Amino acid sequence: MTVAREHVLADLRERISALEGGIARRAGSLPFGVAEIDATLPGGGLARGALHEFAGGGAGTVDGAAAALFAAGIAARTTGQVVWCLTRPDLFMPALAQSGLHPGRVVFVEGDKEEDVLASMEECLAYGGLGAVVGELVRLPMTASRRLQLAAERKGTIALAVRRWRRQIEANDFGQPTAATTRWRISVLPSVDLPVQGVGRPRWLLELMRSRAGECAEFEIGACDDKGRIDILPRSGDRSDSESRCLYSA
Amino acid sequence: MPAAKAQAIFRDLKLVDADPVGDQLALKRIALWALAIYSPVVAVDGNDGIVMNTEGADHLQGGEQKMLSRVASQFKAKGLNARVAIADTWGAAHACARSIRRETVIVGRGELFHAVARLPVALLRLAPKIVADLGTLGFRTIGELSATARAPLALRFGPQVGRRLDQMFGRISEPIEPIREADRIDVSRAFAEPIAAAETINKYVGRLIQQLIGELQRRGLGARKIDLIVEKTDGTLQAIRAATAKPARDEAWLTKLFKDRTEKIEPGFGIEKLTLIAVVTEPLQEQQKTSSLVEEAAADIAPLIDILGNRGQRVYRIAPVASDVPERSVRRIAPAGDDIRGTWDGHWRRPIRLLRQPDEIKALSLMPDYPPRSITWRGRQHNVRKADGPERVFGEWWTCESELEAVRDYYVVENEMGERYWIFRSGDGVDPETGDRKWFMHGIFG
Repeated sequence: MTVAREHVLADLRERISALEGGIARRAGSLPFGVAEIDATLPGGGLARGALHEFAGGGAGTVDGAAAALFAAGIAARTTGQVVWCLTRPDLFMPALAQSGLHPGRVVFVEGDKEEDVLASMEECLAYGGLGAVVGELVRLPMTASRRLQLAAERKGTIALAVRRWRRQIEANDFGQPTAATTRWRISVLPSVDLPVQGVGRPRWLLELMRSRAGECAEFEIGACDDKGRIDILPRSGDRSDSESRCLYSA
Repeated sequence: MPAAKAQAIFRDLKLVDADPVGDQLALKRIALWALAIYSPVVAVDGNDGIVMNTEGADHLQGGEQKMLSRVASQFKAKGLNARVAIADTWGAAHACARSIRRETVIVGRGELFHAVARLPVALLRLAPKIVADLGTLGFRTIGELSATARAPLALRFGPQVGRRLDQMFGRISEPIEPIREADRIDVSRAFAEPIAAAETINKYVGRLIQQLIGELQRRGLGARKIDLIVEKTDGTLQAIRAATAKPARDEAWLTKLFKDRTEKIEPGFGIEKLTLIAVVTEPLQEQQKTSSLVEEAAADIAPLIDILGNRGQRVYRIAPVASDVPERSVRRIAPAGDDIRGTWDGHWRRPIRLLRQPDEIKALSLMPDYPPRSITWRGRQHNVRKADGPERVFGEWWTCESELEAVRDYYVVENEMGERYWIFRSGDGVDPETGDRKWFMHGIFG
């Protein structure tokens, strides 16, 4: 019975995705390389011809630091040029280089207005041939996100929208519906404890808040390494014996 | 002052004969240089200046203010002092450039009358005889002259005075007859009936681009800067300039650059003639695109860069600079061109957001080299749970004399929420010569 149901469901999925369009499906997806996360996402990773949204939690809604770094890690794992559209030029390139994005791969497009960022992103997505298109946005209305999503589907380029707001209270805008395929919230967590004084590998709480044709989930991950990869670290609650382990691993 | 008198005042005075012909030739050379860099419409103005119509071309230099300071500094680099002014009309810009004490001045829209009202009549580009006679009659400033009844002036001096005033205030047009290089590559199309509809303009611009590409192909060149000059029935010119990141001869690419901007053309009573000129060209050879079966060539994004750049977006890449001072370790470079080879040394973690100006914070710490226990930034207190540091950065005495002793001690601090910040103390905490021991917020980690 269950086998038959599985079969029917798989068949239906196949037919729906066939209806949904050509290039986006052929572009495939970009796996995180972490089994738990990839299993949650339909297609086994972030869909390439699609728009994905990232925001920070807490103070990260304003600075968007973790969200930008997470997006940079994803962009680093693609191949080809990356265009980064923004209005506030406060990104520090050495940090992007440390998460695996070589400076020669990134072209920045700085506009004066939000609308410029949307227009530039759409132009880049429609141009095709890029590894990823990243945009830092305050507002992402339904129409604009739909346009970005369609442009991404047409050429199969991955679009990453990093949301950052002027004030923390404005961040409830993140609840508004958009056409993005997935929506993530990345909040900072205390770093991994070291046996000595110092700040260890940063950890993030990764919340998958929306995923088209998929389920929501929550992960505690270690921040991007120098190749842009993330990985799951043991939950802070699970580490009752961490003290003793640290003593011996030092 | 006669030469003999000057020699009597100043001993060993060196006398050089005036060389008006040489001056004109030099001005023409400068005008040709400006044509290639700043604007499609450039002409020699009188015997001591050049005039440019920069409308539709200033965005390539990052706006009017940046363009003006760049012009001034480029002349200064050659040891010449230039006065640069921008105004709505040729007359007003001419007068302002010759009367200002500063290097650059921008006369905003609507401020034209205020800017020129107090200037002397001599700046009105009139014959010296007329200026002298006006002085005898007691006219000193342009404002006084413009407030006088026209008829008596015209009766005495002819139509020239009224015409110059009208030209200065933009009441009648004064087209600039642009200077042209001898071996420029241009194609043009004159219309028997003036055209005005957007589709028609687009159609003919497309045809001109095809012709221009044919011409470029014949000479083995690619265009870096292209001007579209629109001549209208009322005698005015409008120019649109597009620049490319590398030599281009591709029809779709160039058409897209102008299609984006033909909507800015104001046809007025109609367009008589369209001219397309390749102002700056570089050799461009045909290239084999792909030679391998498997490897996919990286997409060429130069056309995309041009589209975004010509829309007024700032497009750049960031390249490493060998400096330990964080804000000096990055530099903006052109979006296309040489590959960036090196990268930053990755031993120390760097924040993803760097504040443009370090923010002063309150911090509680043990001297000399312990990280702070707590910091207060923008009215919020953070208790420091974990910290890394100090990473000591020394001032660069070779760039700035006052940095000889300067020191910054950087720390990475983390609060109980897990928010990580990059802070520094100016000074090493012991020697007051190295800094005043104030704490600053400089960056935010992800």
